[in-house]
Amino acid sequence: MSLETTEHGRLRKETESSGADRSGEKAVSWALKDGVIELALHRAPCNELGSASLQELENFATDLQRMQESAHALIIHSQLKSGFCAGADLRELYHRSQAMDKASALRGMRDFLERIHRVLNLIDAAPLTTIAAVHGVTFGGGFELALACDLIIADKMARFCFPELRLGLIPGFGGVPRLKRDLGNAVVRDLLLTGRSFNAVKAQQIGLVSQVVGEGESLRAARATAAQLGKFDRETAATAKRFIKPVPHDELRQEIDLFCELFARPAVQAGLRKFVESTDAQPYLP
Amino acid sequence: MPTTDQTLDEILNLAAAHFKVPREKLRPDDDFFKTLGIDSLQTLDLLTKLENHFRIELPDYELQGVSDFRTLAGKIQARL
Repeated sequence: MSLETTEHGRLRKETESSGADRSGEKAVSWALKDGVIELALHRAPCNELGSASLQELENFATDLQRMQESAHALIIHSQLKSGFCAGADLRELYHRSQAMDKASALRGMRDFLERIHRVLNLIDAAPLTTIAAVHGVTFGGGFELALACDLIIADKMARFCFPELRLGLIPGFGGVPRLKRDLGNAVVRDLLLTGRSFNAVKAQQIGLVSQVVGEGESLRAARATAAQLGKFDRETAATAKRFIKPVPHDELRQEIDLFCELFARPAVQAGLRKFVESTDAQPYLP
Repeated sequence: MPTTDQTLDEILNLAAAHFKVPREKLRPDDDFFKTLGIDSLQTLDLLTKLENHFRIELPDYELQGVSDFRTLAGKIQARL
């Protein structure tokens, strides 16, 4: 770890190891100030989650366990205009799986899922209040990252989607068990089986988003919420969270198994290839 | 309820303002990908902008193959 002071005078910790992505820049960074941890995502084009990002998130998760002793809230947000997070890095996934035999690709996939689940489960169960401050594209794995948080605060241009069925898959980063925990089953079926994207207003109507704010205001609103949470007794808040929000471990395990079962089928490789090689102007629209 | 022409006009105004393109450069039968110079993520922005403005839900699969403002207006009109 390295410790540096940012231009805002706060202490920022950044990962020192393989945290660099393909362009040589960090994918995430985090800072703790006044009891609030802020995890910023900033890997262009839209915070796609690949192996480098995962390594950095694992480093964050390790540091989170130390920082949460002196924090009452965690805010996850994106510094990119394009959105919160477009989900898994499908290009990396495709090229990696093409470079190895089927059994190795499947083992690699399961290992990746186990690792990202560990990170998201830690965030989900962290004894502080977690807030996803989202804008723009919040798709697939990005949506699942937001779902691991206790609150989602969305700017009115945020858009959510589980597009995995288009690839012959189901969400693999814990999305289905967490959606089932938070929403009615009919809504979950709609979002999952149609794969359609929906806006922040709809997300609030179905009970997914706690606050919808103006464009560019989600981080400010999340900070205001975090400041309010700081007035409460931390142990009481943590106890309430444990009571209200159990982590659905059994279903999360089942999801990994189901994902890997589906991933082994040739249709998935065909779907990934179609996405990666697409020159269609609308590859995000199923 | 607005007429289809009114809806079309509002779409053109919104697209021009959001993507900072002179309104007079946009015509109903233009391919909006080319005229606005937008990619898939920006298309989603436009969809969200339109849904918020018209207070509708427009499933993105209904936009598959839609690339001109006039057809887009028809899709929105059907949801008003």
